[in-house]
Amino acid sequence: MSVPKIMDQGKWTPWMYLSPALIIMFIFIVFPMGNTMYLSLRNRDSSGWASSVCVEGQTCWGVFENYRYALTSELDTSSPGATWRSFWFSSFGNNLKWIAFMVSGAIVVGLIVAVLTDRVRYESAAKSIIFLPMAISFVGAGVIWKFVYNFNAGGAQIGLLNAILARFGFDPVAFLQTIPINTYAIIAVGVWMWAGFCMTILSAALKGVPTDIIEAARVDGASEWTIFWRVMIPMIRQTLTVVATTMVIIVLKLFDLVFVMTGGNFRTDVIANRMYAEMYINQHSGRGTAVAVVLILLTIPFIILNVKRFREEEALR
Amino acid sequence: MNKQKIRNAIRSLPTHIVIILICLIWIVPTLGLFVTSIRPVQDANTTGWWTVFSERPGAAEYDQFCAECHGPSGDALANANLADPEIVGSFRRSIQLAATFNREYDGSIHLAEPARPDDQQLADILSHLQRISGLQSRPRFTIDNYIDALVGYRGTTSYRLDCEAGTQAVDLTCDFMTDLGNSRGMGRALLNTLIVTIPSTLLPIIFAAFAAYAFAWQEFKGRMWLFALLIGLQIIPLQMTLVPISRLYAEMGLNGTFLGVWLFHTGFGLPYAIYLMRNFIGSLPRELFESAYLDGASHWTAFYRLVLPLSIPAIASLGIFQFLWIWNDLLVALVFLGGNKPVLTYQINGLVQSLGGGWQLLTAAAFISMLIPLFVFFGFQRYFVRGLLAGSVKG
Repeated sequence: MSVPKIMDQGKWTPWMYLSPALIIMFIFIVFPMGNTMYLSLRNRDSSGWASSVCVEGQTCWGVFENYRYALTSELDTSSPGATWRSFWFSSFGNNLKWIAFMVSGAIVVGLIVAVLTDRVRYESAAKSIIFLPMAISFVGAGVIWKFVYNFNAGGAQIGLLNAILARFGFDPVAFLQTIPINTYAIIAVGVWMWAGFCMTILSAALKGVPTDIIEAARVDGASEWTIFWRVMIPMIRQTLTVVATTMVIIVLKLFDLVFVMTGGNFRTDVIANRMYAEMYINQHSGRGTAVAVVLILLTIPFIILNVKRFREEEALR
Repeated sequence: MNKQKIRNAIRSLPTHIVIILICLIWIVPTLGLFVTSIRPVQDANTTGWWTVFSERPGAAEYDQFCAECHGPSGDALANANLADPEIVGSFRRSIQLAATFNREYDGSIHLAEPARPDDQQLADILSHLQRISGLQSRPRFTIDNYIDALVGYRGTTSYRLDCEAGTQAVDLTCDFMTDLGNSRGMGRALLNTLIVTIPSTLLPIIFAAFAAYAFAWQEFKGRMWLFALLIGLQIIPLQMTLVPISRLYAEMGLNGTFLGVWLFHTGFGLPYAIYLMRNFIGSLPRELFESAYLDGASHWTAFYRLVLPLSIPAIASLGIFQFLWIWNDLLVALVFLGGNKPVLTYQINGLVQSLGGGWQLLTAAAFISMLIPLFVFFGFQRYFVRGLLAGSVKG
């Protein structure tokens, strides 16, 4: 998009408009990024290089020692089976679960609601209800669901889910302490919070699908199921990708929910939570920043994807 | 015609069932939070919130074991009047009640072996007796939890009762307005959250409006390149910058100050804010600007007189996003403010970790923190959705 020539009012004017924002972003995003990378190569309080803690005879990655810690400290390498198991319950394995189940869960629920509410008269009311958790903080949602998952060893169950289990004659479950269901229990809260986001965007995309195409398919005798899979889904594929990538980024950064619900205990740790623990609980700035750098490395593909998408959109303007 | 209608209704029935089921799953947990927050402390922590309208425990057991002799309201026997608070008050624990079973009254054992209640039933009966004797009359609903949460009460009864009895904790004065400022309370935290949120919402919008105008309607070298960089910056995780900024703040004395948090939120809000505003401002009609410039308007006039008034919808969307994002943030508040100037999320997290106050306090505190976001959400849902659809979302 070009600018009308007549609006050109000097070389420096644009920078006057830009500089406040650019300076603040430089101080708070660009400079700290570089600094974090540097700190991740240093020792606990940045008084020397990370390699200074290396001990003769033990595995050490030199200046990348903090990365060795960040990547392998949670692994039990005594046997291949143990390695796999410990990986699956490490912060990285948990983040994989989060990506796999929260992203797909939120998209599936969002899509179901978007498709179904399109056919009923109380569409906006139903959508408001699904969308509502977006306004609630992770902390608030954590409290709400901790209460739902509440477990009483002996005595009446005041947690809704355990009361339902008890009503049907099952033993109560300590949802947030029992491995491996605890991580999935927290992921379910994530789905609860973000399905509304997926629903809103997917619903708008679905409404953009031309009705005559759907009508034509109906006239040709296609079932609603076929129309959904063969017409609607392909037409909104682009939007689905955008929603999925956005969700992955949100999941990677997710910190509060795990922090509030289990504090990362009982093997529910995720990368973002571990970074906080290393930095502010163990007071190790080298390790904390190394975890942060790993986190950003994981988001780089999505940064590239986003910039690419922007370029394509700009080319279309 | 009518048959057709019925057939349609039956065919759409599964749709309705699925929607209503999902909506129920989505709303019930929040409902449970709210109901618990208005229940008295004993009820909230011993019975499920869904039992709020059902009979309280003890009544059925009383009818089963005691009503035959003592009468339905407990006052049938003159020498053992269970409606007398003094008599009931002498049984502090249900075990003391059990001790009376073996005693003989009028030549026969009080309550012979097979007809005795078990421990749980006995405890329920005692609480029923305490209710009918008026020893403990508590309503089904109360706002005490909200008062307790606001003033930071941590005792076993309630702020109101403790103050009436004069047994309040040392950090409470029992003057409600003074106690609202108690640093452990949600009242103070609410104020702190407002102080954090309002400038942190306004500052990025102002800076973003300027920058977005430049990106949309001014020509400069590296415009596209810089904007692409901005898109990348949107994704950078906050965690990435915490450590260096903490160190920087420690040197500048900004740790634990509102100014530090305002600036941090501004920095992190800007990439998305600029992106959203630029897309909106860039979509304003080009003729508008051309005619303004032909009339001799400078960039400043165009920005101030044209762009700002016309971008109110975009500013509203952005404002709501930024507002909710900062209001609900825990991480930044935890790192830069901590217990120094506790905000709502920080206090709730503290309550969760200690669970000191019990569920009635925790749920009331959580609801206090949700009140304003829910109000903003329902009031401005239109703008919120528009903002969501206008681009990717920041997280």
